[in-house]
Amino acid sequence: MSTASPTGAAAGEGLAAPEVLAAARTTPLARPPLTTWRQALRRDWRLYTFVALPLLFFLVFRYLPMIGNVIAFRRFRPGGSILGEEWVGLRYVELFINDPAFWNVFKNTLFLGVLTLVIAFPLPIVLALLLNELRSRRFKRFVQTISYLPHFMSIVIIAGMVLQIMSVQGTANQLVRALGGDTVPFMQRAEWFPVVYVGSEVWQTVGWGTILYLAALTQIDENLYEAARIDGASRWKQTLHVTLPGIRPTMVTLLILNIGTFMAVGFEKVLLLYNPLLYPTADVISTYLYRVGILSSNFSYAAAIGLFEAVIGLTLILSANAISRRAVGTSLW
Amino acid sequence: MTTDPTTATRRLGRPAAARGIQESRTYRAFRVVNAVLLLGVVAVTLYPFVNILAQSFSSEGAISAGEVNLWPRGFNVETYRVVLGDDMFWTNYKNTVVYTVVATAISMVLTTSFAYAISKKHLKGRTVLIGIAVFTMFFNGGLIPNYVLINELGMKNTLWAIVLPNAISVFNLLVMKAFFENLPEELEEAAAIDGLTTYGIFFRIVLPLSKAVLATMVLFYAVSFWNSWFSAFLFLDRAELYPVTVYLRNMIAGATTATSIGGGAGELAQVAANIQAVTMVLTVLPIVTLYPFIQKYFVSGVMLGAVKG
Repeated sequence: MSTASPTGAAAGEGLAAPEVLAAARTTPLARPPLTTWRQALRRDWRLYTFVALPLLFFLVFRYLPMIGNVIAFRRFRPGGSILGEEWVGLRYVELFINDPAFWNVFKNTLFLGVLTLVIAFPLPIVLALLLNELRSRRFKRFVQTISYLPHFMSIVIIAGMVLQIMSVQGTANQLVRALGGDTVPFMQRAEWFPVVYVGSEVWQTVGWGTILYLAALTQIDENLYEAARIDGASRWKQTLHVTLPGIRPTMVTLLILNIGTFMAVGFEKVLLLYNPLLYPTADVISTYLYRVGILSSNFSYAAAIGLFEAVIGLTLILSANAISRRAVGTSLW
Repeated sequence: MTTDPTTATRRLGRPAAARGIQESRTYRAFRVVNAVLLLGVVAVTLYPFVNILAQSFSSEGAISAGEVNLWPRGFNVETYRVVLGDDMFWTNYKNTVVYTVVATAISMVLTTSFAYAISKKHLKGRTVLIGIAVFTMFFNGGLIPNYVLINELGMKNTLWAIVLPNAISVFNLLVMKAFFENLPEELEEAAAIDGLTTYGIFFRIVLPLSKAVLATMVLFYAVSFWNSWFSAFLFLDRAELYPVTVYLRNMIAGATTATSIGGGAGELAQVAANIQAVTMVLTVLPIVTLYPFIQKYFVSGVMLGAVKG
């Protein structure tokens, strides 16, 4: 994020209260870019009133819960202090580290996260490249419009559709039977859950995921294609050597963001889709801590798991960002 | 070149078309395969919607016999009559509308005012304010501390539990900030010289110029609140307070209360697939109807966010 440049600061004066403008005009030198808080408040107090309520929102609903994570290290009594009763050190951390159920959900989280990243991340790129090769603008817009639709659906609707299609009487089994197979109760077989999860993820996100790539594709310099053609590059070579490098910054940025949300794997979707029979593959960290924390009221234990998850998420995004800045020169900040 | 590139681009819609003046045979074959493939994508995307619609008009017998896919079997509109006659369905639908309207209004006020302030490059402390917002994209308190906080604030079983904790989306905030930063500064400077205060400039100059982005943001928020279910599921205990998404969720889970063990499907008797399908159709109807009209605002909003975000 850039700080105010001298020109920005000077232009900004135009927005200040008239008396400050008058003061600035009488000063022979341009106002130095650094202002004290007293000056800033006098000049911009109206602007600061815009900040008050939103800042309160961030402090109460975003930063207070972060502090609330101290209950991961304190005994918490429902109805007692929201910051817990007394320090217990790393007791809850030790508890989940020694809990085999935790390692099972940890493994599931990693597996579903990696599977989603490997399959659902590249597909929008492929779809965007295919859309980019279409000549008919109308057909392109038609495909785009339809493929964006799932993005606007509530996850409850998506889960409902998945459960219907994968049910014993649903379309998936109609196909299985038509091909001569036996009915598979997909939503009762743990080994099928990753397929169902990633499949529905692709269905829901592939179309909408193309938007940023399509935007990046229009930014590629037409002269590069011209030059490649003169060098005798085929369409495929052009795609490989001009198009893909052209959308690389977008790819890297989205990859970093995806890695950052990796640990949070579709909590709501899993919660809606799974059932006890599917726990061996479907139960992820977030659903586990939901059951342990909210349903069984082990707040401190669940908070410790949640904090662990959040710290891993933050570490992942920071390291992905750092690696990408060194390796390919693209980073989020 | 035989064609003027600019007219070719305009006529064919995209730059890539301009480079295909001489085509190899393999490329022509590719274009056919590509078109078929993309039609396949369209078909697969639409299928679940068609399937649900077909099920909603089918008899339960035909559904459980596994006969329904693209077209209703054992045509039946009785279920629509039953669901539309359920008072709770209407109560919950009305709740969704109320929650969406109130939440969107509050979100808009908070997001717009914060975005405007942090779009001013001369504002002291701006970097810190942006940092405070952006950091929450990558790190958050987590489910349990949030749950404890909302309970502690006494918001359980109130509208506020759904509305306030999600009032500002940082993504939307950055989109608006980018928009405000791109407004010509001269307009606001001129207004300041005319003696308008920051408030005057904001309400009389900036907001009227921002109708497009405001509309986009209203849609972003409205769709996300319309679709949301988890906050309501977590913080509302009484059926008459549920939004329609929770009504639907409980039906899908076959549960009669929101406190079923594990929050998953399959532990209680399944509600007939036909009734589920009808409820799903009625829930998505407003979005699917509005979708063709609102889609382009979403795309432009995402682009705007991508440029600066």
